[in-house]
This record gives sequence, C-alpha cells and structure tokens, in this order.
Amino acid sequence: MPSEGCSRMASRRFSSRATRDLHLEQLVSPLPELGLVAANGPNDPEPELVVAAGGVIRMDGRDAADFDVIDRFVVAHGLDLEVAAEAMAHDDLALARMLVDVNVPRAELVRLSRGLTPAKLARVMGLLDPVELMLALKKLRARRAPGNQAHVTNLKESPALLSADAAEAARRGFAEMETTVGVARYAPLNAIALLVGSQAGRPGVMTQCAVEERRNLELAIRGLVTYAETLSVYGTEPVFVDGDDTPWSKAFLGAAYASRGVKVRFTSGTGSEALMGYAQGLSMLYLEARCLAVVRAAGSQGVQNGSISCVALVLSVPGGTRAILGENVLAAWLDLEVASGNDAIASHSEIRKTAKLMGQFLPGTDFVTSGYSVMPRHDNTFGGGNFDADDLDEWLTIQRDWQVDAGIEPVSEDELLLVRERAARAVQAVFAELGLPPISDDEVAVATSGYDAREMPDRDRAADVEAADDLLARGVSGLDVALALDRSGFGDVAEAVLGMQRQRVAADYLQTSAVIDADGVVHSAVNDPNEYAGPGTGYRLEGERWELLQALPHVAVPADLLGESALADPIVSDGEIAGRGEDAAEVVVAVGPAFADSIRRTIADLDHRDVLDAVCDGVREGGGEPRLVRVRRVADVAFIAHDGARLSGSGVAIGLQSKGTAVIHRADLQPLDNLELFGMSPLYTLESYRAMGRNAAGYALGRRVGPVPMQLDNFARAKLIVRTTLLHARETQAIVPGADPVELSLVGASVS
Amino acid sequence: MAFDPSSDYPLGTRRPDLVSTPGGVPLGRVTLAALRAGELASAEIRATPATLRMQAEVALAAGRTQLAESFERAAELAAVPDELLLEVYTALRPRRATAAELEEWAARLDGFDASRTAAFVREAAAAYAERGLLADG
Repeated sequence: MPSEGCSRMASRRFSSRATRDLHLEQLVSPLPELGLVAANGPNDPEPELVVAAGGVIRMDGRDAADFDVIDRFVVAHGLDLEVAAEAMAHDDLALARMLVDVNVPRAELVRLSRGLTPAKLARVMGLLDPVELMLALKKLRARRAPGNQAHVTNLKESPALLSADAAEAARRGFAEMETTVGVARYAPLNAIALLVGSQAGRPGVMTQCAVEERRNLELAIRGLVTYAETLSVYGTEPVFVDGDDTPWSKAFLGAAYASRGVKVRFTSGTGSEALMGYAQGLSMLYLEARCLAVVRAAGSQGVQNGSISCVALVLSVPGGTRAILGENVLAAWLDLEVASGNDAIASHSEIRKTAKLMGQFLPGTDFVTSGYSVMPRHDNTFGGGNFDADDLDEWLTIQRDWQVDAGIEPVSEDELLLVRERAARAVQAVFAELGLPPISDDEVAVATSGYDAREMPDRDRAADVEAADDLLARGVSGLDVALALDRSGFGDVAEAVLGMQRQRVAADYLQTSAVIDADGVVHSAVNDPNEYAGPGTGYRLEGERWELLQALPHVAVPADLLGESALADPIVSDGEIAGRGEDAAEVVVAVGPAFADSIRRTIADLDHRDVLDAVCDGVREGGGEPRLVRVRRVADVAFIAHDGARLSGSGVAIGLQSKGTAVIHRADLQPLDNLELFGMSPLYTLESYRAMGRNAAGYALGRRVGPVPMQLDNFARAKLIVRTTLLHARETQAIVPGADPVELSLVGASVS
Repeated sequence: MAFDPSSDYPLGTRRPDLVSTPGGVPLGRVTLAALRAGELASAEIRATPATLRMQAEVALAAGRTQLAESFERAAELAAVPDELLLEVYTALRPRRATAAELEEWAARLDGFDASRTAAFVREAAAAYAERGLLADG
C-alpha cells in the first residue's frame, strides 16, 4: 500500500466536483460551544415561565435576579401575562400543528404568541420541516400580498445612475428601495437621487438611505427618505452591548423615527451572535427568537431578518437553510412585517442559492428580499447582490414557472429606457435647480443605457460632497425637491414627491407591513391583512396580475417560432400512389406528410431540398438506388420509415420527418424497431444525411455496416423542445388519415 | 364624525379631515399649488402628536399593543426638539450616562409632557444599574 498508490486512486469525479463554485465555501460540523448550531442546540434552555404575584420570577432557565437586559426588556414589554399561562400550557407539538392547520386562524396564533417565551417559540419552530415552515409562513405573513425591496447603489455614487436605477426598480414593482453611501457625506445627494428616481418610476415607492442613525434621522426629518431598517438587535447581552445599544435605546430610537413620520423596521438574524463571539453556547434559532421577542416588545412594526449579512455562516452548519426560514416564520408569528433576507450573498453556487431562496419565494413574504440588487452586483455597495440585474430574467421566469408572485414585474426594454432616461433627466433638473454640481447630458445618456458605474463619466467628488454639506446647511427638504421638479417641467414627479410628503403627515405607513400604491393609498396589515385559510383563500396569483407576470419580454408567440408559412415555390411534387419496388438495390426515402411542403426546413435549419439531395447522393454512393415517397397517413418517424421499407425493392428505407429526425428501417422489422435511429436532428449537417444514405444502401445490399457516428447534446431538448413540438404539430396537421403513400419527385431535377 | 380606529384607516384616504400639519394646514391643502404659493414650510411636513395618537389607536384596535405603545411614545416625542431626541438616544446607549444623568434626561422629557417616555428612561436606568450598563459616576 504505497502512498503514491493512494494518489493514483484519487477519483477524477471527486476532483472535478472539487472545482465547482460550491467548494469555495466552508461547511463545518456543529460546535455548540461557539454557537455554531442552527437550531435545537444542546444548551438551549427548556421553555419555562414562572409567574408569581403578577411578576415573572423565572423564564427559560433563569431566575429574575439573573435576567440580562434582553430578558428584562421582554418581560417588561413583550410578554402578555394574560395569555401566557394558556399559551405556555400548550404542548410544543400541538402549537406546531396549529401553525400549519389552515383551520386555526392567524389571529389566534398571534394571540397565543404574545404569551410565549423565546425558548418556547424556538422549540416549536424546531418541530416544523421545510414544507411545513413554508405553509406556516404563507399563513402567518401579515399583509395579504407579498412584495419586494430593491437595493440601489453604485460605486461612483453617480446621481444620474442612482436615479435611473431607482426608476427601473420602481417600475419593476419594488415597493421599497434602499441605498447607502460609500462616503458618508454623500448621504443627502444619494437620498435625493433615490427619491426623485423612485417617484419618476412609480409614485408611492418608499425609500431609505442606510447611514449612521443621526444622519439618517436628519434625512428623514427633511423628508428625503421615508423608512429606516438600520435598527439592529442581538440575542445576547454582550453582543447587544458591543453593538453599542440596549433594547431600551433601540426602542427609544424606533419611537423617535416614528415621531418624525418614518417607517421603522428593526434588523436581526441568525448567526450574528456567533460571528461577534458571544453566542453563549446557544443555538442560532433560539437567539433569534430572543431578538424577535425584543423587536416586538420595542414596538417595531416589523423586522428585516433571515440571517442577512451572516447568511453564509448559518449555511455552513447543518440545517442552516431551515433555521433561516424558521426565523422568518417566527417573525411573522409574532405579527411582525418580515423583509426576509436573500440580500447578502448566500452561496457561490447558483443551485444552492436558489434552493435557499425558495423558502421565502414560494410562500411569499412582505418583502421576499430585503434588497434585490437592481444593478449588477459590482455596483452593490451593501456587500449584497445575492440576486442582481443579470439574474432578473431568471427570477421572472421562476415566478412564471411556479405561478408565484415574488414581487418583480417584467418590463420591456423600450419602456425601461424611457423610464430610466426620464429619471436621470429629472435628477439632472433637480441638481440644476438646487444649485448642485451639474449632471451632464453624457451622464444621463450612460445612466440610461449603460451596464454599470464603470462606464459612467467621473464626477468631481470633492465638489459633490461640498455641495452635499451645503445642501444640509441650507435646510433643503423634500418640499424643495418637489418645487424644483415642478419648475423644471416634471410636474408628475413633483406631484409624486409631494405625495410622499403628505404620507409623512398622515403617518399611515407606520402601521404593520405598509406599502403605498401608485394612487397614494396605503396597504398594510390593518386594511389589507393576510387571511389565508387554505386553498381558494388569501393572496393568489391570478387574473390580471398573473397575465402581467407571465408576459415576459422574451416569451415568444408560438406561431412566430415556425417562421414563414406562406410558401415559396414548390420543391417537390406528389405523384401516383406508390407501389412496391422490384429493384433489390432500391432504397426508399420516405418523407413525412409536411416534408418539403408546409414545412421547408429541418430544426437545424437545413433546406429540405438539400437534405433530400444529400440522402439520395449518399444512397447512390453506397451503391443503392433512391426512390422518393411521401407517407401521408402518419407523422411518426418509425412508421414513415417502415411504410417506406414495405414499398422498397430491397426492403430498406430511410424515413425522414420534417424536423429532420431520421430512421433506417427494414420491412421485416417491427415498426417501432429499426436499423438505425437518428434522433438528434438539431445536430445534423448535410454530411450526416449523406452518411445515412450510404448506410441505408449498405443495408440494402447486405454489406457489413458500422452505424453512422453521432454526437449527443443533452441540452438540445431543453433548447428546442418547443420548436420541436410546434413543427411536429404542423406535420401532424398535414396527415391524411388512411391515405396511401405517393411517389414524390423533385421539381426541376433531372431524372437520374 | 368621530374617529373610529377600526374603520377610519388609512387616515390619509379615509379621514383626511382629521389630519393636519403641526401648523394646522389640512392634509387636503398640502398641494403643489400651496407649495408654489409659498404656503408650505418644511417644518410643516410631519405628523402631529394627535395624528400619531390616532395611529396608536389604530394599532391597538388591531391588537398590536407594543406598536401602539411605541406610537404613543412617538406622539410624545413629536414635540421634542431633534437635538434633545438624539441626546436622549445617546444617553440610553450602554455606559453613556450615570443613573443621575438618566434621571435628568427623564425629567427633561417630563418637561415636554413626555411622561411615558420619561418612565421608559427611568425603567432603563433601573435595568442598567442591575446589569452594569451605567457610566461610572
């Protein structure tokens, strides 16, 4: 057993797989001490709630005296003791079954959740398998219809490109969009570009600029942004404190935002505690249950969760994908709006990434991603871009495949070019009106039709940040933006920007799961709640919306695929009923009902006349004598060939379907048997058909014949099956039932 | 017509008559024409305490007690100046303020009739004392 023998034993298949993108990622076995366990951790506490004299004296394995800030906050604000005794008394499995029972209403489950401790919530979640989690999520989502959020950023912080991308995102149906800054001082400029672009694309879209809280609040107060989701919470006290906050400071900040008319969503997610070094030996899902209990207790209407930026860590441990779906379900159970992650890059593997996505995509969440990168991921400064501009057609196609609304709409290229240009023009006008450094026509042009920021002309960044500071000092607000738009001929965009200011006065969008439609009407869990109760209820993708989501720009109309059906000059002419040949060297070339008639080319785009010439030449080269016959009664290639063989003097025939599929047959064989079958018609050249002819002659003359060498393309079917179907349908339509075969001659060919 | 939290939401479209800016401009008059005429100021574009309290009632009617509580705090904070808001937030961060300082901030909030929020700050101070999250006095 020499060691070099071992290396010779290495499997080439293992080494091939090792080069796949998947293997760029590290998978690890669980290590609960470091919190590297997805759910049901060995150190997670037993669910427990002891109440005495109106107060909680023990919860989830801790006495009140040992409660950390999270326990204390949850006990003070998050637990409804009126429900707790009843809720905690439910068996874990009974609660788990209620979650997937369409006869138990969402409202009842939300009521019970108010009395459950984090350990109990995590325990119940741990009992659901992936499909059960999806059903629970579908049922528990707060708002009736699912939605989506976009990321809009670029590396150069180009305002024209931000505005154009925001407009595209808005037109594609995203209800919210988020930008951020590379350089903090850019914040007001980016916020303005997003505001203008979003409203130029579709009125009512909400925007945010993720920056430090003080700056964020300032932008909000000026009406340049409408929501914030930067309020992070964590599941252990040391991590919370390392994040420089407490549940009280975050809850205060949430109320402060609301007081300025800003929609607030907290952020949490599995894996953050392990990453930050203080998981305290507890499972990711249990710690997330603690986060979510804090989020609800703090009075946030919703949460961005689903591991977010730690997703790759959670996916490194067994059950990670399931745990992430579990945390989304938990949030929905706690009656929170859920922006369900899928923004940070989850995997290098397209397969794995998409498989993970399905957990949120299929049931639908309030925001299926908490940031779909509307631009190429190269420009995503969030470190996101799990799904990006280049993935859009896949996303749309998967929506169409499953008949599922995951919040993105197809839009034609022409329409998008118009929308993007108008948005870039609008922000150009606003910059001019507000005395900001000018946006050139060149910038507008590239922002409209370019790929990413690398193509954008460079701006004077120093001048931009100086202007941004000055803008804040001047107190420029959303009203000024509206006025600038109005003055420069963008009345409709001005109206939409002002509409967003009106929303801040009415504050309706502060309610749970709120989005705003193009008419300025707020749809939230209050006035548009999810009432799913099984098949036939709740949000279903049907009617106009389904029509819209299936009409992708790259969808073809079947008739167009067959090309010209108005026929050119005939290339063959049908003759008398064909009889049996006498010549022992004869090879019948039998074609299908539509061959060289209502169909003129094979699926490989070969002209039927050329194909016939090639086959006949091949037969002659092989020493045989070709005779052309049309089989009219049937379109199946085996029967075409077999009918031909029975007419052939040698008993051998080649059958040709119009799409190019061929069979060499012999009269004494069963119809579905054959000598050689050529099923890869998309790959054939004229030389292939010539070789088929030679072989057929060889069989006719009783020579030893080696099969024609053939290539294999297993993707041909996926690529061409629609055209195949349509071509075959046309062939079938040409069938004359019961009709005898007829002699066929080439038009204009000399008789050989 | 009196406000009914279970049927008057969204206020902006169902009961605009109940909503106005802090300066008393009715929601329906927040228009481009008014903007052009110079009748709208940036400071006017925000929810009033009364509107936030109505939103609290809407949340409560939908069974969302904590959300309602947050809106009640927001209603109180609507009158608190931006700078004070940020100072209180900073004081609530870990180990930023002593118990006495947090009590001072609570008292400042009381001065703005923000008694709920003041109580919230005092509750935080008590928890911080137990968990070592106060600044060293």
